[in-house]
Amino acid sequence: MKVIYVDNNATTQVAPEVLEEMLPYFNEFYGNPSSMHTFGGMVEHKIVEARERVAELLGASPEEIIFTSCGTESDSTAIRAAILSNPSKKHIVTSRVEHPAVKNLYEYLSKNGYRVTFVPVDRKGRLDLDNLYKNLDEDTAIVSVMWANNESGVIFPIEEIGGVLKEKGIVFHTDAVQAVGKIPIDLKKIDVDMLSLSGHKLHGPKGVGALYVRKGTKYSPFLIGGHQEKGRRGGTENVASIIGLGKASELAAANVSDESIRVKRLRDKLEAELLNRVPNTMVNGDRDNRLPNTTSIAFEYVEGEAILLMMDEYGICASSGSACTSGSLEPSHVLRAMGVPFTAAHGSIRFSLSIYNTEEEIDFIIEKLPPIIERLRELSPFWKKAQ
Amino acid sequence: MWEYTKTVKDHFLNPRNVGVIEDADGVGEVGSLACGDALTLYFKLDENKKIKDAKFQTFGCASAIASSSALTEMIKGLTLEEAQNITNDKIAEYLGGLPKQKMHCSVLGRDALEKAIANYRGQAEKKIEGEIVCECFGVTDIEIKRAVKENSLNSIEDVTNYVKAGGGCESCHEKIQEIIDETLGLEIPAKKKVIRLTNIQKIKLIEETLEREIKPALKKDGGNIDLVDVDGNNVLVKLQGTCATCSASQITLKHYVESKLRELVSPELLVEEVH
Repeated sequence: MKVIYVDNNATTQVAPEVLEEMLPYFNEFYGNPSSMHTFGGMVEHKIVEARERVAELLGASPEEIIFTSCGTESDSTAIRAAILSNPSKKHIVTSRVEHPAVKNLYEYLSKNGYRVTFVPVDRKGRLDLDNLYKNLDEDTAIVSVMWANNESGVIFPIEEIGGVLKEKGIVFHTDAVQAVGKIPIDLKKIDVDMLSLSGHKLHGPKGVGALYVRKGTKYSPFLIGGHQEKGRRGGTENVASIIGLGKASELAAANVSDESIRVKRLRDKLEAELLNRVPNTMVNGDRDNRLPNTTSIAFEYVEGEAILLMMDEYGICASSGSACTSGSLEPSHVLRAMGVPFTAAHGSIRFSLSIYNTEEEIDFIIEKLPPIIERLRELSPFWKKAQ
Repeated sequence: MWEYTKTVKDHFLNPRNVGVIEDADGVGEVGSLACGDALTLYFKLDENKKIKDAKFQTFGCASAIASSSALTEMIKGLTLEEAQNITNDKIAEYLGGLPKQKMHCSVLGRDALEKAIANYRGQAEKKIEGEIVCECFGVTDIEIKRAVKENSLNSIEDVTNYVKAGGGCESCHEKIQEIIDETLGLEIPAKKKVIRLTNIQKIKLIEETLEREIKPALKKDGGNIDLVDVDGNNVLVKLQGTCATCSASQITLKHYVESKLRELVSPELLVEEVH
């Protein structure tokens, strides 16, 4: 069965060009970049190149890029660095819709001596900026706000927040795992102190990420060990994956305009057709200010896991904000924070496209999904009553 | 990804007996849109008072749909008395098992059946009996007790998997733990009784606990323990056998003996070793 993959906010296919560039570094050029010999030294050169490519994608300098093992490590490193280098400050701020990589760390810190402000979002998933600014004070060590939300795709006004925080001298970290590669980012123009990204969300491999740390930002390493990454992250480099992330960044820089034109057009078509063909359906999130590849659609009176499994029968891969898919009993914290009614949240499906999706694939989903919803609604005791 | 059995998948993708029986003899409705699953069950009896037809409508995940479908198949041809014996376990068994986190789907089926039978017998809808423990999902202590008893659940997580209680804000976890302990006949936490313990009672209880709980455990490792004296809340003991020479004996004392005595006798006790 052909796989139709529209779950690219979960993970992406490694681009063929990326894989090709990585392969020699497993068993051909397997030297340690820290070694003195030429064999290791040439690996070091490739890492230098990868760092330049990542920096280029972000509008940063290479020395501002630290390679890590994943987005979560980047987030943890950034947040812990900020609080360790401001030991007297005991207040930290984030949004209510963060990825667990940030959310759960903040919850942990809230039980360990930190006062935490979780800034709410409105019904469209937009950050309540007044609330954010109002809560800042002398005691605030860091603000960490995601660049774009993984479930709704809503983009937060990072530039504006960055300007305000710079003026107040508060460290600003952004989890940009979902934004990098999907929308243009230029850190020369935007005041962000630290930024997390992850390889496998932009057609790079899993198990590699990066943390941008603006020059002059107080820093302390999370992994203490060897001199790698200039002592900012101990541990032998994950060479092949770092090279892969570099290549993926180069491709992303080249593809970002395609993403915002072609991918967006396919996403818009999918969304419009589904809304059109299926009654009692709505989009979760601010449609004017979203990632070009993401749509979260709520199908009322049906349950998300059932939809996913029926789509799975056709090879269609998406994800759901439903409780039943996560093992918890409540729908996703993002949809709840947005105030999406439970009745709609349970039946919310997220489609996240990539440059590899084709028009045929989108047409296939548009053809197959409406009958699935209809079938499940016929099973549902609420559907007839609601009519 | 959930691991569903072939039978679950089959009943989900090709559900049996979907629909409404207009002139049903019994109808049972459980769950709600907000909960994420809901089931309406209908049955019709024949002249011998056996279930001739059963139909369902379900809003929910794959296992909720499959459990409903299975239930309608299972009850056909049964008398109501026989149908009443169908527990959630039997529904899960019929499906070749359900993931633990999905057991509440089978409970949903059993509850709907019970309600439909009550509806047929003209029993007024059961008032909410007992006390709501989990506010998030409106689950009472009676429902939790029943699930614990029928399925020998011994953790909060299990209770959540079966009846949803405790799956929301988690503020009822302590209460659920108490219900589990009580239902499974575990020792009721001693702190409630301790207030009334006289010195003699306390010493007796310490002795009993040592004999019943602690000595058998230590003997397994070739050790033993003797009670020397009880001075207020100080329990003086002497370790014997391998315990006496074991370098980990202090850990045994504090982490095992003391915590056991605190749990079962009084939380204020301090255990000390005399040589």
